[in-house]
Amino acid sequence: MPASFPLLAVEDLQTYFYTRRGVVKAVDGVSFTLEAGQTLALVGESGSGKSVTCLSLVRLVPEPAGRIVGGRVLLQGEDLLRKSPAEMRRVRGKHIAMVLQDPMTSLNPALTIGVQVTEVVRLHQGLRRTALRDRVIEALHRLRIPGAEARLHTYPHQLSGGMRQRVSSAIAMSCTPRLLIADEPTTALDVTIQAQYLELLREVQAHTGVAIILVTHDFGIVAANADRVAVMYAGKIVETGSTLHIFDTPSHPYTQALLRCLPGVELQRQSLVEIGGQPPDLAHLPSGCPFAPRCPQRQPICTETYPPPVLVEPGHVAHCWTATAVSV
Amino acid sequence: MAIAYPVEESIATKRWRAGWGHVPLFPSLILIALVLTAVLAASLAPHSPTDADITRKLVPPVWMQRGTWEYPLGTDRFGRDVLSRVIYGSQISLVVSLLVIGVAGTIGTLVGLIAGYRGGISDAILMRLTDIGLSLPTVLIAVVLVAVSEPSFRNVILVISLLLWPRFARQIRGETLAIKQQDFVALAVVSGRSNTWIISRHIFPNVMPTLLVICTLQVGYVILLEGSLSFLGVGVPPPNPAWGLMIADGRGFLATAWWMSLFPGLSMLLTVLAVNLLGDWLRDRLDPKLRQV
Repeated sequence: MPASFPLLAVEDLQTYFYTRRGVVKAVDGVSFTLEAGQTLALVGESGSGKSVTCLSLVRLVPEPAGRIVGGRVLLQGEDLLRKSPAEMRRVRGKHIAMVLQDPMTSLNPALTIGVQVTEVVRLHQGLRRTALRDRVIEALHRLRIPGAEARLHTYPHQLSGGMRQRVSSAIAMSCTPRLLIADEPTTALDVTIQAQYLELLREVQAHTGVAIILVTHDFGIVAANADRVAVMYAGKIVETGSTLHIFDTPSHPYTQALLRCLPGVELQRQSLVEIGGQPPDLAHLPSGCPFAPRCPQRQPICTETYPPPVLVEPGHVAHCWTATAVSV
Repeated sequence: MAIAYPVEESIATKRWRAGWGHVPLFPSLILIALVLTAVLAASLAPHSPTDADITRKLVPPVWMQRGTWEYPLGTDRFGRDVLSRVIYGSQISLVVSLLVIGVAGTIGTLVGLIAGYRGGISDAILMRLTDIGLSLPTVLIAVVLVAVSEPSFRNVILVISLLLWPRFARQIRGETLAIKQQDFVALAVVSGRSNTWIISRHIFPNVMPTLLVICTLQVGYVILLEGSLSFLGVGVPPPNPAWGLMIADGRGFLATAWWMSLFPGLSMLLTVLAVNLLGDWLRDRLDPKLRQV
């Protein structure tokens, strides 16, 4: 391993929303690193801070209500949170791209597909005419968009949801970013199309070496696509580790509960398991571990002090008083 | 190997096409006639609109006693041909409304886009200005403004524009707020676009339908306002053959020489009616809820 910077290092990121009901700590001390070519899955319930984490990375937190109040986002060693808006604009286009959940609104309904792809390619590569057109068609081909030439003249409303999602991914990938933030890219797609789409994403990743942050709440997707997993709860990463670790030795009760919720193949007649209780009110977090009220393994200390990180095994960290190092 | 898939026309496209086949006949004919009249005024009008001759004053229309084909719609109190004046009057109405819509539309759209997109303090300031603009008693202000400066063609246009832009600004801002929320705008920011680019390339094309509808609906209002101002003597200065001016001219002769006011009034009525009907139709056609299908 060269002793250089990781592609992305997030350190103690804090994003708060100042609402009438009080300060909502949507992201509260999130740290993780991501290497080129890797996929990190951010998993968690709705409202656990996954999306806000992603928005914070590109500094798109809706202001003035939301604000990044602390932490560092180091992209190849450079702190994005310290950049001026103009510098940030350059970084966003060149190094970071994003795919969002709803393919219905992620394309401009007033412009043709061709125009929208072309504009991004032209902005970042400065190509012209034939070279530009070839590059555009290549970008669409890479995402397996059939009949790319003919599609250039169609409008978004003429395409299906899966096709639109591919087009927006083609746009995102056309400038060969280092980091792709995919915020629940498959939620709005059919299950069959989901698999197909993620397969394409993996292919593109193998081809370009892009690092992907994959936000999802589907452990099936995690298992098939992610190298590492970060489980979020109430704005904090409660457990992080390689996908194998997380599935084999989940050490945080929340992760264990999430995994129990998955319908197993062999348990066909059993009813689905759920996690009792509700996610906490982020404006009024309980002291100690936010998961404590719902935790089956709750101990007195849990409601008093937030647990320090426990190194369960190399590269596998859990924030829980009950977690212990696995003896290998 | 790329296979060329036939690209099917969506329902929306088909509807849209079918829609153009249903352009309402009456208003379009009136408007086409109006534009042709204005463009060809010089060759259509039998006389000069300002050619006065006191010896042939107050000649009635051709179908009445003493009427002659020389002056099909009669003459006014200075002996000017009413038909020719009505024909030339269409030029004034058309030019005034186009210029006003151009000026007010540009200002209003820019203000609306900026206020809606930037939000915050710019939004607050621009929208309070707009509120003030909307709360001004239109005709009264126009009378005062034109009375302070002197009546001229240019002043009329500036005054009406000044009073009209808030209507554009308000609507466009609302529309901008809605479009700004869409993901493609966020993605454009992520891909490193400047605000100017995003506004002109992503927001503006999507407010175009709304803009088109406002423009059409405001044309009728502008024509009426210009008519009112001319009628009050603070609009287009005489001897220009503005319709409002002609109506005012004939006011004292309504009992005896009603044709002086009737025909310009009728022209104004038909024009405004046609524009408004067309605007209503356009609004229905471009309604985003209908377009989404």
